[in-house]
Amino acid sequence: MGAGHAHRLYRHARSPVHALPPHTKLTAVLCFVLVVVSTPREAVWAFAVYALLLASVAYAARVPPAFWLKRLLIEVPFVAFALLLPFVAQGERTGVLGLSLSVEGLWGAWNVLAKGTLGVAASVLLAATTELRDLLLGLQRLRLPPLLVQIASFMVRYGDVVTDEMRRMRVARESRGFEARGVRHWGVLAKSAGALFIRSYERGERVHLAMVSRGYTGTMPVIDEVTASRAQWTYALALPLTALAVCLLGWTLT
Amino acid sequence: MHVPDGFINAPVSAAAGALAAGAIAVCLRGARREQAALSPAGAVADGGERTAPLAGLVAAFIFAVQMLNFPVAAGTSGHLLGGALAAILVGPCTGVLCVAVVLLMQGLLFADGGLTALGVNVLVMAVVTTVVGYAVFRGLVKVLPRGRRSVTAAAFTAALVSVPAAAAAFTLVYAVGGTTDVPLGKVATAMIGVHVLIGVGEAAITALTVGAVIAVRPDLVYGARGLTVPLKLRVGGELVDAPAAPATRAAPAASASPARSHRTLWAAGLLASLVLAGFVSFYASTDPDGLEKVAADKGFDKGEKEHAAADSPLADYGVGDIADTRLSGGLAGVIGVGVTVVAGSAVFWAVRRRRTGGDDGPASTAVEGTPTPRAVGAEPAPRAEPAPRAEPAPRTQPAEDA
Repeated sequence: MGAGHAHRLYRHARSPVHALPPHTKLTAVLCFVLVVVSTPREAVWAFAVYALLLASVAYAARVPPAFWLKRLLIEVPFVAFALLLPFVAQGERTGVLGLSLSVEGLWGAWNVLAKGTLGVAASVLLAATTELRDLLLGLQRLRLPPLLVQIASFMVRYGDVVTDEMRRMRVARESRGFEARGVRHWGVLAKSAGALFIRSYERGERVHLAMVSRGYTGTMPVIDEVTASRAQWTYALALPLTALAVCLLGWTLT
Repeated sequence: MHVPDGFINAPVSAAAGALAAGAIAVCLRGARREQAALSPAGAVADGGERTAPLAGLVAAFIFAVQMLNFPVAAGTSGHLLGGALAAILVGPCTGVLCVAVVLLMQGLLFADGGLTALGVNVLVMAVVTTVVGYAVFRGLVKVLPRGRRSVTAAAFTAALVSVPAAAAAFTLVYAVGGTTDVPLGKVATAMIGVHVLIGVGEAAITALTVGAVIAVRPDLVYGARGLTVPLKLRVGGELVDAPAAPATRAAPAASASPARSHRTLWAAGLLASLVLAGFVSFYASTDPDGLEKVAADKGFDKGEKEHAAADSPLADYGVGDIADTRLSGGLAGVIGVGVTVVAGSAVFWAVRRRRTGGDDGPASTAVEGTPTPRAVGAEPAPRAEPAPRAEPAPRTQPAEDA
């Protein structure tokens, strides 16, 4: 747990976006993505406006563009799939640079790329401006089942511990001259995975006993209830509401 | 395999979200029961308080093990998906919860998989892999001879089936709500073909991992609970069955499993055959579908255009195509399920008869509702009798003191 209590994607700053209560941010991002997904793909300009909206949020949150763009690389495997679409989709075909491409497939590729990228960008912004603990509090405030929130909080709390345990096992393997090169070494790696499971499970049992001995009965006490004022809600929902207006314009204009 | 935003249209994403929420609600209840079953004999009736820490740690384990790379050949490597593994190790409901939480956190923190597609992701990757994997595993464990090796073999098959089943489920979702009109046959072959290969890797790793766990702590493997051998004591140089107290540990497993397993096995078998039938019917319908496609290509094309011009929100739906495929697929599926259920019950019945012939038949005697006298006599009422010191796993013992 030496890494501090923030996750890798979090970027500390003092900004109005960081200061918003987590559940308003979660709601805003979810509504925004929903609006984006239901926009007609023919309204190309609408997606440009969405990108501008997100960029302005990023500016307000003081997230540098380089940081933001680097995080978008996560969707690369999926871009490859989108690029494949024009070749496999059916329907009317058109010639581009001597290749026969499907019009439907081109639209599909555009659709997936634009909406997917905007979705990833919105999630990255959320992750960059919200701490883990706040995120969990927000989920709890949004009436996610408490058991699920508890499981998630245990997962993020002990994620680093378990990952570190795995790293120590790797160091131990490598310091004994082991190098995984192919299928023949799967047995060793799988034994490590099995050992990791047993250690995690036994740690879970110990954690449970420690909690029971401190009076845990299956629910966690809520010490800090997060609340949002009307102004904060308005501020957070400005993003999806603007997007909704754009979306409606998109439906009427195309 | 994380589905991003914009891949599945909004109505279908919402429906998948509702389905996934329902499945998770069921699993939240089921997970308490599973944890109660795993907890020390008779210690707590309600496993609710154990669920959060244990499931949380298992979720952390799955998250970590997905980062463990298994080299395949020069340069390339794969990693575990973990659905079947989680189901076998901690039970199907807890497994679904763990994988779903991992997916939720990946979506929120690492932008891996779209937020609107979260329902689809949970449904395909958490629910289908886990439930199919566990159903196959449990069915095989029942049918195969008892022993550690057959557990490993069952784990192999379960993981092997679970990954293509998820691919088939994804194809189904795509058929209903995909935003691009790619021929279904192509999607199905590509998805399932690739995922059969992935499934082989997943199967090998899962089997090896389950084997490693079962060699060290067999009591931790939820899927193999019924297989523990009752404790024997060496008295005066010969082995005798341990008296009533140790038997309570084995008895709940032995007595609970036949009574429960009939229903679970039936439900699970039906579900698995449904999924398998759906998956087979896709293959069956690929060819005629392709032919119809070529014949009707122009017509559908015009329809598609008009839709787009009419600005219908469901412009990308491809209804005609779906209707055809689903009709043929559905028919094939129904027939397939019928045949599978009949064949499966025949096999199950035959195996049961054979076991009844042999003398060790705890699985055969318990008829639901009307336990035969022998069954009652053989099993000292397990839950009523508190026997905390009979616990074979010493680590969990302080639970009763606390």
